[in-house]
Amino acid sequence: MLKIKINGSEFEVKKGLTILEACKEVGVEVPTFCHDDRLKPSGTCRICVVEVEGARNLMAACSTPVTDGMVIWTESKKVVDARKEILNLILANHPLDCLTCEKSGECKLQDLCYKYGIKGSTFKPNKKEYDVDESNEFYYSDPNKCILCGKCVRVCNELQCTGAIGFAQRGIKTHVTTPFDKGIANSTCVSCGNCVAVCPVGALMPKKKMKYRTWEVKKVRTTCSYCGVGCQLYLLVKDDKVVGVEPYFGEPNRGLLCVKGRFAYNFINHKDRLKTPLIKKNGKFEEATWEEAYDYIVGRLTEIKEKYGPDSIAGLTSARCTNEENYIMQKFMRAVIGTNNIDHCARL
Amino acid sequence: MTNSIAEIEDAEVIFIIGSNTTENHPVIGTFVKRAKNKGAKIIVADPREIELAKLSDVFMQLKPGTNVALLNAMMNVIIEENLQDEEFIKERCENYDELKEVVKDYTPEKAEVITGVKADLIREAARIYAKADKACILYAMGVTQHATGTENVYSIANLAMLCGKLGKESCGVNPLRGQNNVQGACDMGGLPDVFPGYQKVHIKENVEKFEKAWGVKLSDKPGLTVSEMFHEAIKGKLKALYIMGENPVISDPDTKHVIEALEKLEFLVVQDIFLTETAQYADVVLPAASFAEKDGTFTNTERRVQRVRKAINNVGQSKADWEIIVDIMNRMGYKCSYKSARDIFDELAKVTPQYAGIDYDRIENEGIQWPCPTKDHPGTKILHKDKFARGKGLFKPTKYRTSAEQPDDEYPFILTTGRILYHYHTMTMTGKNEGLMKIAGESYVEINPMDAKKYGISDGDLVEVTSRRGSVRVKAKITDVVNEGVVFMPFHYADGSANVLTNTAYDEVTKEPELKVCAVRIKKA
Amino acid sequence: MITLTINGKKIRVASGTTILGAAQKLGIDIPTLCYDPMLEVYGGCRICVVEVEGAKSLMAACATQVQEGMVVYTESEKVIKARKEILALLLANHPNDCLTCEKAGVCKLQEYAYRYDVKFGQIDGERHNYELEDSNPYIVRDMNKCILCGKCVRTCAQVEGRKVLTFAYRGFKTKVTTAFDKPYEDSDCAFCFRCVAVCPVGALKDKRASGKARHWEVSKEEFTCTFCDYGCKFEVARKHGKAVYVTPKAPSEGRPLCLKGKIGNELKYLDDVETPYIRVEGKLEPVSWAKALGLEEILYKIETEKR
Repeated sequence: MLKIKINGSEFEVKKGLTILEACKEVGVEVPTFCHDDRLKPSGTCRICVVEVEGARNLMAACSTPVTDGMVIWTESKKVVDARKEILNLILANHPLDCLTCEKSGECKLQDLCYKYGIKGSTFKPNKKEYDVDESNEFYYSDPNKCILCGKCVRVCNELQCTGAIGFAQRGIKTHVTTPFDKGIANSTCVSCGNCVAVCPVGALMPKKKMKYRTWEVKKVRTTCSYCGVGCQLYLLVKDDKVVGVEPYFGEPNRGLLCVKGRFAYNFINHKDRLKTPLIKKNGKFEEATWEEAYDYIVGRLTEIKEKYGPDSIAGLTSARCTNEENYIMQKFMRAVIGTNNIDHCARL
Repeated sequence: MTNSIAEIEDAEVIFIIGSNTTENHPVIGTFVKRAKNKGAKIIVADPREIELAKLSDVFMQLKPGTNVALLNAMMNVIIEENLQDEEFIKERCENYDELKEVVKDYTPEKAEVITGVKADLIREAARIYAKADKACILYAMGVTQHATGTENVYSIANLAMLCGKLGKESCGVNPLRGQNNVQGACDMGGLPDVFPGYQKVHIKENVEKFEKAWGVKLSDKPGLTVSEMFHEAIKGKLKALYIMGENPVISDPDTKHVIEALEKLEFLVVQDIFLTETAQYADVVLPAASFAEKDGTFTNTERRVQRVRKAINNVGQSKADWEIIVDIMNRMGYKCSYKSARDIFDELAKVTPQYAGIDYDRIENEGIQWPCPTKDHPGTKILHKDKFARGKGLFKPTKYRTSAEQPDDEYPFILTTGRILYHYHTMTMTGKNEGLMKIAGESYVEINPMDAKKYGISDGDLVEVTSRRGSVRVKAKITDVVNEGVVFMPFHYADGSANVLTNTAYDEVTKEPELKVCAVRIKKA
Repeated sequence: MITLTINGKKIRVASGTTILGAAQKLGIDIPTLCYDPMLEVYGGCRICVVEVEGAKSLMAACATQVQEGMVVYTESEKVIKARKEILALLLANHPNDCLTCEKAGVCKLQEYAYRYDVKFGQIDGERHNYELEDSNPYIVRDMNKCILCGKCVRTCAQVEGRKVLTFAYRGFKTKVTTAFDKPYEDSDCAFCFRCVAVCPVGALKDKRASGKARHWEVSKEEFTCTFCDYGCKFEVARKHGKAVYVTPKAPSEGRPLCLKGKIGNELKYLDDVETPYIRVEGKLEPVSWAKALGLEEILYKIETEKR
């Protein structure tokens, strides 16, 4: 264990932590743009700088290991001035678009400008003029809002391992793009949206079918209903409709999703959903009440069971339904109908 | 899975057989790729040159249906070169001599003739797998959807036991389950021969246990599997079928046969979120709530029991599947008073030993992997750690048998089927998504360029694919992803449906149909 | 009763109902800026305009009474175009400040700009450059953000003998002011917060809530003030579980709001309480809580009782 001091309080922390990790452990918040727990620190954005007594310069908390006896100040005047300067610089070429920006409310740049009272840039504006890449079906890239933290590039290359995007050019012209600027649709992108999930600003955003502000949605954590990986995700709900999906950062998927889990949610509120029971009469389906449907089903099943025996009835339960439902379905067949004729498409 | 998803990333060797992981389990695919980036060696055995094959160290492009020959040959090499884990075999396994005897015949050269994989590649794969400390096997439907599916799985288990790659971190035999809750549906006794928790229905004590729990007399006669149900329906013995959330008209082999069975039934109930192809044949269709409208749990491929939470109100008059069934149970005179999914879970945990220690409070934040026998048990990351469920690991040596249908002059191609990244199963969900439909809107058949040339077929041409069971027209995709003599079709699409063609021959033990191999002919339409 | 059709849906309402009222009954949301059910109709902002079949021009939904057989469209192309223009004009003279504006998240101008996809800078026009009035401890006035909806003027006038606010000057220079355009603390303002509670934008803000949290970061809980029998509504905002500010909800019939309620509830609910100020001989002064809440006499008596 190491003894360190953060903002005047003494703490004991494990060896091998970075300053950022140590701060997190003891509940001191240090702002970050480019940091992601799943990736090696890159230390590019500098917003996490802190003051370490005895050090000549401010240190990037994300990439500096704690040492025994270290005295750290995370919000000293020097630190705050540096952060303000960084925000000031970023805003010099960031569109002031919070009025309608889809990220507003969950934007790290906005959060920190509010925290440090930065209302705009004092530098001569040098706004970028890139075309928005809307070629992907599910998300768009607006390089004008990009702050070059590089998280999307690293997630695509180091976590998703698809390698569809990277940095191009130098200096003020540096931007995130696909090989030869050919657009996302013409790259190896598999539309997993894992880059979108880590973008701290409004540069990578899902295309919305229904408009909503980030503060209008309720997020409900659940389990993805596609394949057997069981990814954890949030359903975004507005006006009792599912309007989006975001990954949950934990086991088993660790913040990653695929194109289906992330973007193919619109079946939930699709107009073709069955909304009432249907009974076939003269070869045609007619809408029925639940009571009518129940009476019909109970009548027919009872009749067939009496006439031909319980083994003349079978049930298919479902790999798509919950454990509770599967349990009830097999119990229904076994305990109520009286047959073991119960199966599902485990084999398909 | 005997092991957990997270362990894949730390494996030294990953052997992927019959799984197109990056398309069918995309997030697990990223674990494999990250392992590769950390220096792991990747071995792929697949009839198609899938994405992972391109970054593999050894790629064995085997002829569909020849898994056993390939795996036996790998074991042959391992024993021949003395790479087996003697200690593990001695302490934890039995019947090793018989295995030795059986695989002796399968020299890599002999396997090369059967599988089409060069003998040296088989040797290399065997050595890489056997020599690693941490080596896991991932497999999926490419292994199981064969008339020899059980034998394929035995062979994989034999290989893992032979090399002592069970019960250890980043090792194991890991089937990747295709559907969100196929693991749970099996765990919950959604199978004709077992009660919840894989407790056999023909064993007296089990029947008595459930009779006591449920308060009624129960049958000890194993029931019908899906494919048997359709056969019995056609024979007129099965009269009524209640289908909850399945679409066999598209997903099951030999569509014509399935439809014939459904039409023959006296009474068919279908409960689903959409009016599916199967629902069209129903007498009554009931509107079910989607996963976003209900509480419950799914169990993932690594046996992790995780919460499903209600996010929105039920769409229309739809009801959760469990509510519907409970309503019917009550009306049929069996009184049950569940008020919530949690009530049902608490009951099922009482009768399912693997789930006994799990409850909603415990899995509020993170799911628990079964077996979890008690409330203070943390769950089980790795199965068979100190001993196997049955005590000693039993080698079940198997001999290679050919698939039920072999190509001949009339049907010279092997058709194999599978899923693609952009769709899911029968497309009842993904087919509603504009973006996915723009990217992958129609069915196709992959044909090797040499075969295409022979038949005068160009990329994008309409092709007629015909088997003994039916014929479909789909667009040709000319690609060397498949070898000569093999064609591939995704099975998602109702229009151009691969399962019009597939064979209903099935595995004797699991009744799993042989969807991965059937004989077809192709011609330009 | 009168029958009319709105967006293809028929409805029967009592005569005298406005189009806005009828639409609300149908669950149709017509945007409003100057409308307030508690205030007299003003019809000044025009954002609620709708298309009425047969009418020469678009009609203000808040000020137009329904007529038999009326056919109304609330989101027709013409209506949307008019609203976009109104919003673009408002934005032309509004600071681009959502990055840090305290109102962001509950600002009506922001809400409608998002809904109709209108951005800053679509119209280039003259801008106000009023000085920020930040001199009193309770209310920040930023007249650069004022959209002249007049709700503050009308709500202030509803209190007997108050009428602190009025419109002054003309044309582009029109401005909401106190008498002689003095700061709030030098006027008759009682800091009841009625004007703050009704302001649709960031022109009038609760200074004691400033800098505490963004609207989307807090969970808000409504409660009823118990300091007197009126039962005014307030809300307490919590960020990460910590109560960070208490602010009054819009005044309603018989619920007037007052400063004592505002600061009294701060004391009651907040984790970190700020010094109270009250007018002492006309000037706002920091005082003890006992004095602020008028409890000095009572406390003195309790103390002497003890002895």
